[in-house]
Amino acid sequence: MSLNGFPLAAKLLLRDWRSGELRVLAAALVIAVASMATVGFFADRVERGLTVEANRLLGADLVGVFDRPPPLSWSQEAHRLGLRTNATVRFPSMAVHGERSLLVDVKAVDPGYPLRGALLLAPAPGGAADVARGIPKPGTVWVEERLLPRLGIGVGDAVGLGEARLKVAGILVREPDSGTGLSFLGPRILLNAADLPATGLIQEGSRIQYRLLVAGPIGAVERFRDWASALLAAGQRIEDIREARPEIRGALERAERFLGLASLVAVALAGVALALAARRHLQRHLDACALLRCWGASQSRILGLFAQQFLLLGLVAGLLGVLLGLAGQQALGLLLRELIATDLPAPGPLPALQGMTMGLVLLLACVLPPLIALSKVSPLRVLRRELGFPGMGGVAAYGLAGACMAGLILWEAQDASVGGWVLGGMAGLLAAVSGLGWLFLRLTGRLAAEFPLPWRFGLANLRRRALGSVIQMAALALGIMALLLLTLVRGDLLASWKGTLPADAPNQFLVSIQADQLQPLRAFFAGNGLAAPVFHPMVRGRLVAINQRPVSSADYADDRAKRLVDREFNLSWSRQLQDDNRIVAGRWWKPEEADRRLLSLEEGIAQTLGIRMGDSLTYDLAGTRIELKVSNLRQVDWDSFRVNFFAMTPPGVLEGFPVSYVTSFHLSRAAAGVMDRLVRDFPNVLAIDVAATVARVQEIMDQVARAVEFVFLFTLLAGVAVLYAAVGATRDERVYEAAVLRTLGASARQLRAAQFAEFFAIGMFAGMLAAVGASVTAYVLSSQVFHLPFRFNPWLWVTGPLAGGAGVAAAGWLATRGGMRHPPLWAFRNAA
Amino acid sequence: MSENSACIVQAIGLSKQVPSGGQSLAILRNVGFAVGAGEAVAIVGASGSGKTTLLGLLAGLDTPSSGRVLIQGADLFALDEDARAALRGRLVGFVFQSFQLLPALTALENVMLPMELVGARHARDAALSLLARVGLADRMHHYPKQLSGGEQQRVAIARAFAGNPALLLADEPTGNLDPETGESIADLMFQLNREQRTTLLLVTHDEALSQRCHRRLRLHGGVLLADERI
Ligand SMILES: Nc1ncnc2c1ncn2[C@@H]1O[C@H](COP(=O)(O)OP(=O)(O)OP(=O)(O)O)[C@@H](O)[C@H]1O
Ligand SMILES: [Mg+2]
Repeated sequence: MSLNGFPLAAKLLLRDWRSGELRVLAAALVIAVASMATVGFFADRVERGLTVEANRLLGADLVGVFDRPPPLSWSQEAHRLGLRTNATVRFPSMAVHGERSLLVDVKAVDPGYPLRGALLLAPAPGGAADVARGIPKPGTVWVEERLLPRLGIGVGDAVGLGEARLKVAGILVREPDSGTGLSFLGPRILLNAADLPATGLIQEGSRIQYRLLVAGPIGAVERFRDWASALLAAGQRIEDIREARPEIRGALERAERFLGLASLVAVALAGVALALAARRHLQRHLDACALLRCWGASQSRILGLFAQQFLLLGLVAGLLGVLLGLAGQQALGLLLRELIATDLPAPGPLPALQGMTMGLVLLLACVLPPLIALSKVSPLRVLRRELGFPGMGGVAAYGLAGACMAGLILWEAQDASVGGWVLGGMAGLLAAVSGLGWLFLRLTGRLAAEFPLPWRFGLANLRRRALGSVIQMAALALGIMALLLLTLVRGDLLASWKGTLPADAPNQFLVSIQADQLQPLRAFFAGNGLAAPVFHPMVRGRLVAINQRPVSSADYADDRAKRLVDREFNLSWSRQLQDDNRIVAGRWWKPEEADRRLLSLEEGIAQTLGIRMGDSLTYDLAGTRIELKVSNLRQVDWDSFRVNFFAMTPPGVLEGFPVSYVTSFHLSRAAAGVMDRLVRDFPNVLAIDVAATVARVQEIMDQVARAVEFVFLFTLLAGVAVLYAAVGATRDERVYEAAVLRTLGASARQLRAAQFAEFFAIGMFAGMLAAVGASVTAYVLSSQVFHLPFRFNPWLWVTGPLAGGAGVAAAGWLATRGGMRHPPLWAFRNAA
Repeated sequence: MSENSACIVQAIGLSKQVPSGGQSLAILRNVGFAVGAGEAVAIVGASGSGKTTLLGLLAGLDTPSSGRVLIQGADLFALDEDARAALRGRLVGFVFQSFQLLPALTALENVMLPMELVGARHARDAALSLLARVGLADRMHHYPKQLSGGEQQRVAIARAFAGNPALLLADEPTGNLDPETGESIADLMFQLNREQRTTLLLVTHDEALSQRCHRRLRLHGGVLLADERI
C-alpha cells in the first residue's frame, strides 16, 4: 500500500494505529460519542414517545377548546399544514330510563375519532376489551360500565338522551380525551355526532364545550400552535398535554431530567477517560516530537500535525460512535416497544450531528493542554532522555479546555441549574480529591516504616509519582462515584419517585358533600369496612382585589392567570399543614392564630398572579367580601392525586360561609361495587373515578424507569472506561519498573504484592471519597433537581471503599498482567 | 580565528554551566574551533568530558552559557528556536548515542519520516536505497523492537543520511556495534563524505574510527586540550 498521496498527518496516524498505541484513545472516544449519541437519539425518541403516550390521553397532539362551534379557519389552517382534525362536542346532560335519571357526561364524535390513542370497547360488562373500530353507529351509544347499574339497564337497552332514544351497543373501557381535572361530571355516554340534532340538546345558552382535536407531524403541530395562539379570543383556548394534565406533566418533566442527567454524567465521564487516554498517548510521543524538532519542525508545525491527527481520529471515531449509538438506540427501542410508538419518525440527523460535534469538542478540550505542552518539548531530549514531559500547556490552554468542558455540560444539561450542580460537583470533587490525595500521600509517608516491605514499596511508588497519583486518584474517585450514583443512588431516586404515587394512591374523589352528610358518610365507610378518609371543607369564592386594588383578567397577559382570575377559587381551612405540602416562604399558623384572617397560598399561583408575602387578598364569598393577608407560600405536589387547595386559611375564618366537603381515597378494584352503593345512598355527592388515570400514570412511571435504567447502562460503560483509562495511565511506568526490579532480583510475587498494595490503597481511598461525593450528589439531586425526599443510603459507605479497593486492584492486575508475565528483556525493548 | 564563511561550523568561546547543588558546574569552558566543508572531524575524550554537550550546542539543540556557534556563517543563537529548527532541517543530519528510532514505525517509515516532514518527493525510493546501503533492505517492514541493537543503529544512520545533509553530527555511531559492523558503518559515512562532501563531526571512543578522520578534537573536563591533524 502506498501512502504517498496522503497528507503526512494521516500517514502518521495510520502508522500509529497499526502499532496499537492509539487504540485506547480511540476506544475512549468511541465510547464517549456512542454514549452521547445513544442518549441523544434515545432521549430524543423516548421524549417524543412520552409525548405521544401523553397525547394518547388527550386523544390528539393539541386540542382547541371553544364555547361555541370552532371557526372554520382553524380546521382549514390545520389541513393546510397537513394535520388531521376531528371535532367533538361535550356537555353534561341527564340520561333517562323509565323512572331513573342520571347526570352524564355526553360526548359526540365524528368518524375518525380519536386521532391519538384508542377507545377500548367491551361487548358486555366484564367482557374482554378490545380496540374499537370506528365510533358508535348512528342510533347507538357506548357507555361507561358504571352507568348501567345506576340506570338499571343492560347492553341492548335504550337510554333517553334529550328527545332521542339511543341503544346501548357497547361498554367503554378506556377512552382518551377523558376530560381534565375535577370537571368530570358522571359516566360517559359516547354517541355519533350524526345523532346530535335529534337529541335537541344543542341550544343557545347550554353548557357546551366544542373541542377540535389536531394531530400530525410534530413540526406542523408546533406551527399550528403558534398560528392559533396568536388568534385566541375570549372563550377559546388551546390544550396540550402539558397544560391539560398536571399529573402527567410532572411525570414527563422528571423523566426528562432523569434522561438528561444520565447523558450529562456520560459526557463528563467520557471526558475524564479521554483526558487520561490523551495524556498517556501524548506522553508516549515525546520522543517523536523531540525528533521532529531536531529535524527542523517548528512548534506550530508539530501542533498542526498532531491536531490534524486528532481531528481525523475524532471524525472516524465520532462516525463509529454515532453508528454504534444508532444501533444502541434501535436495540433499546425494541426493548421498549410499548413506550415508543411505532409510528414515530425515525431518529433525526440532529443527534448524530450533535454527537459528532460534541465528540470533537470533547476531544479538543481533553487533548489541548497536553498537546501544547508536547509541542514545547525540548529537542535536547534526543541527547538526554531523562528530560521529561514539559510543564502542562499553560493557563490559557486549561482555561480553554475548561470552558469547552463547561460549555458541553451546560449544553447537554439544557438546564443551567442541573448543569451548574454537576459542574460544581465535579470541580468540588476534583479539588477535594487533590487536596486529600496529597494529604494521604504525606500521611502514608509518615507511617510507611510501619508497613511490610511490599506495602512500603508500593506506597513509596505512589509518593514518587505524586502528581500522577493524585490525578489517578481523582479520576478513579470520579469514576467510582459515577458507578455508585448509577447503581445505588439511581435506584433510590427512582424508588422515591415511584413512592410519590404508591400503589394505594387515591383514585376516587367525592365532591360537594354537604356538612350534614359527613356523619352518615363516615358510617357508610365503616359499614363497608373502609377507613374513613379526611373530609376537606371547601368554600367557593372569587378573587376580587389584591391590596385593595380590584383585579380583572384584563390585568394579565398570561392565559393561565386570566383563567385563574375568571374562575371561582376553592378556599379551605386547616389547623395543620397537609403532610405532602411544604412551606417555601413565611410560616404555617400556630394553634393560637385560629380566627386570624391569614392566607396560605400555593407557590405557583402566587407567582402567576404576581402575589407576594404580606399582600392582602379580597375574596367575594357568596356576596360577602373578606380580606385575607398572605402569611405563607406552600409548595404542593399536584402529582399525588390527593385533594389540595390553592388557598387556605386558619380554622374559624370561613366557618360562616356556605361550605361543602371534598375527599379522596383509594379503592381497590375488588371493592368497585362500593361506589355504586355510595352514589345511590348519597345522590347529590359527585363521585369521580380516576383509577384509570392513576393506573396510566403508574404505567408511565414504570416505563420511564425502565428507559432510564437502559440509558444509565451507557453511562455505566463510560464509568468503566474512566477506571480503565485511570489504571492504564501509569501502566508503561509500572511495566518498566517491574522489569528493572526483576532484573535486580525481586520475585514476581513480591512485585505483585507491591502492586496490589498500591492499587488497593488508591482504590480504597478513591472509593471513600466517591462515597462522600455520591452522598452529597444524591442529596443535592433529590432535593434541588428532582424535588423528591432524600434517602440516605448507608451502603454507599461500605460499597464505595471496598468495591473501590478490590475493583481497582483487580483492574490494575489485569492492566499490568501482560507486562509482568513477560521476561524483563521484553519490557526493556518495549519500553522504548 | 576569523569568521570564515568557507567554514561550515564554527564554535567561538563556547561555555556551558549547569546549576549543581547551589553552585554552578562548568561542563564546557571556552571551546573554540572551526570545521571546513567536507572535513571529517572526530571529537574524543573520556566519559563525562563534555562531548555530547558540545555536539548538542553545535546542533543548536541546547543554548550555551556564553559563546557563539556559526553554521555556514549564520549565528545559531541569534535565531529563535523555530528558526534554529528550520536550519537544522535544511543542513543537519543526526546519529544519536541512543538510537531514537520511533517504536511505532517500521524501519522504512523511520527512514522516510524526516524526508516526509520536508515534503520530499521520492521519500520511499530514497529510503529504500539507503536501507539497502546499510544492508537492511530485507528488514524494512520490521519494527525497532524486532531488530538487534546494531541493526537499529544502521537504520538510524540510514535515517541521518536521508535528507542529504551538508553536516552530519554523530554521537558514538559505532559505540554499540561489533568491530565488523562498526567498520561497515564507518565505510558508509566516509563514502558519503567523499561523494557528497558531507561534513562529518563524530563523537567516538573508537580509536580506529577517529584514525580515519582528518582531524581530532580532544576534550578533557570540558576544555579543548588538542586540535590535531591526522
Ligand atoms: N543538565 C545537566 N545537569 C548536570 N550535569 C550535567 C548536565 N548535562 C551534562 N552534565 C554533566 O556534564 C558532564 C558532561 O556530560 P556529557 O554527556 O557531555 O559527557 P560525554 O563526554 O558525552 O560522556 P559519555 O562519553 O559518557 O557520553 C557529565 O559529567 C554530565 O554528568
Ligand atoms: Mg555522550
